[in-house]
Amino acid sequence: MLTTLALLLPLLLLALVGELAVSAWPAIRRFGLSFLWTSVWDPVAGIYGAAPMIFGTLASSLLALLLAVPLALGVAIYLTEFAPKWLRQPVAFLVELLAAIPSVVYGLWGIFVLIPFLRAVVVPPLRATLGWTPFLSGVFYGNSLLAGGVILAIMIVPYIAAVSREVLLAVPVSQREAALGMGATRWEAVWTAVVPYGRAGLIGAVILGLGRALGETMAVTMLIGNRHDIGLSVLQPAYTMAAAIANEFSEATTDLYLSALFEVGLILFVITVAVNALARLMIWRVARGTAVGSRAL
Amino acid sequence: MSARRLRRRIVSGAMTALVAVLSFVAVLALVLILGYLVAKGASSLDWSFFVKNPVPAGQAGGGVANAIVGTVIIVGLAALIGLPIGIGTGLYLAEYGSGRLGWVVRFVADVLNGTPSIVVGIFAWTWLVKPMGHFSALAGSVALAVLMVPMLARTTEEMVRLVPHSLREAALALGYPRWRTSLRVIARTALAGSVALAVLMVPMLARTTEEMVRLVPHSLREAALALGYPRWRTSLRVIARTALAGIVTGCLVGIARVAGETAPLLFTALGNLNFSTSVLQPMQTLSLQIYVYATGPFDEWHRLAWAAALVLMGLVLLLSLAARWAIRQRHGAAR
Repeated sequence: MLTTLALLLPLLLLALVGELAVSAWPAIRRFGLSFLWTSVWDPVAGIYGAAPMIFGTLASSLLALLLAVPLALGVAIYLTEFAPKWLRQPVAFLVELLAAIPSVVYGLWGIFVLIPFLRAVVVPPLRATLGWTPFLSGVFYGNSLLAGGVILAIMIVPYIAAVSREVLLAVPVSQREAALGMGATRWEAVWTAVVPYGRAGLIGAVILGLGRALGETMAVTMLIGNRHDIGLSVLQPAYTMAAAIANEFSEATTDLYLSALFEVGLILFVITVAVNALARLMIWRVARGTAVGSRAL
Repeated sequence: MSARRLRRRIVSGAMTALVAVLSFVAVLALVLILGYLVAKGASSLDWSFFVKNPVPAGQAGGGVANAIVGTVIIVGLAALIGLPIGIGTGLYLAEYGSGRLGWVVRFVADVLNGTPSIVVGIFAWTWLVKPMGHFSALAGSVALAVLMVPMLARTTEEMVRLVPHSLREAALALGYPRWRTSLRVIARTALAGSVALAVLMVPMLARTTEEMVRLVPHSLREAALALGYPRWRTSLRVIARTALAGIVTGCLVGIARVAGETAPLLFTALGNLNFSTSVLQPMQTLSLQIYVYATGPFDEWHRLAWAAALVLMGLVLLLSLAARWAIRQRHGAAR
């Protein structure tokens, strides 16, 4: 009986992939590979190209990683190496609580707290100093790649920090002792002996965070501005694949429109699966070699 | 020489301070989010907020009674479908999952665990909403269950693996038939009820479960087998007794996670302005209500969105804290 139950999962995955592929087939046959790199999305004319969404998904996730990785690694290093014992559990718990906040609540907070904050405090000095670069050009209305990236960063910090912490905890004490014994300062011991030892596990943690960011829907939909356009400026609105499905699926009036959205879903699914598989693989390799990180995942 | 040493000391001190500040920033983010929820939402929490339904756009007042009831029904139904499947899969992974099928199931659970919830939403739409011809709470529940199962399965597996074999043996004496009967009843009800929600839940559960079981030392396993206990009986024992707290934790975390989900419900449960308890009709949830109110143009809506978010957050936190408490019951002395 347990075996039958266990077989449900693979069947479910097959059904999911099959259904996505079948529903997306009309769009795949009609547009072929050009769906991936053309940017016209015109439901009236029946022409669909998903390049802006794919770009926006990758750009917002990379921006999120840029902000979240130093933060999450800092938390993990502090909690495993430097923090007083009594502080470790409570702080780890609080950071992990960030993962419990529903996406839609992040969206609400982003609209009414984060965007006004970015507009008043963060963006003016950024533009004053770096406004000449293409990354910070144009007018800032609020809903933008920047807002979406920042909210994503906050959302993935708990995941990266939790896994990194497990990885660092698994590094043998002898690594630290050896470095300290050779006269390294405490930071040098961490940076030259502990972090490199768990490197593959840490990279796995980051890739897992990336997987989360790519598929995140509600908060990003509420903050990123939802505009079909490819632009380098983080101050401009953008679009993501998940947001496009959330916004347009119930309005898709023609079969081809619906099919195009299913193809977007299929692409999103394939990308997240690939990223997650890569993360698992990295952690697997570490686990086989040195056992670091095997417990974390 | 000493200047260089001084420099190294300063770098070490500065980096220590930096990682401490980064930790502070992460905690600050949490404090800011929860603080704003309380500051902006608490004043709107009165009796009518909990017992009234939404009023037409632009009017003042109204509540979210329909959304609260809807959340409970949809998430409850999702748990009904997802928990048995997720836990069962987790047990399988923990106890029999060393072969090729185990590897496949575990891999699939991990894949589904990382699947964007919006993709599960359109999947549930094609399988349930389209054939039935209308949106329904049931379809929403199924979508949530699908999200829940992989996590639950893995949690359960981990939990069961944590249990030492000696404890398995003891538990064996106590309750095998009862456990199996209840599992069977639950599984049957759930399957009859709704499939999609379960789909979400199972992979989550399966993975969690596996991790738990894996932590059991091999020596203990061998000892139990050497004593002549059939494998399946020992595994059941384990679950029924010692891993229970861990599995309960996994379930609570799984439920907490899907309770706040919005994306899979957009095209399944859809939302409903009126009070409805029929699972075959569109139904409102707190998460859908927050989405509509937060993105809408009225100040009154924004006020209600904050209040609804505070209620939802309270619900999720309660489940998370209960999960912590449950695991502490089991590991209390160790930590």
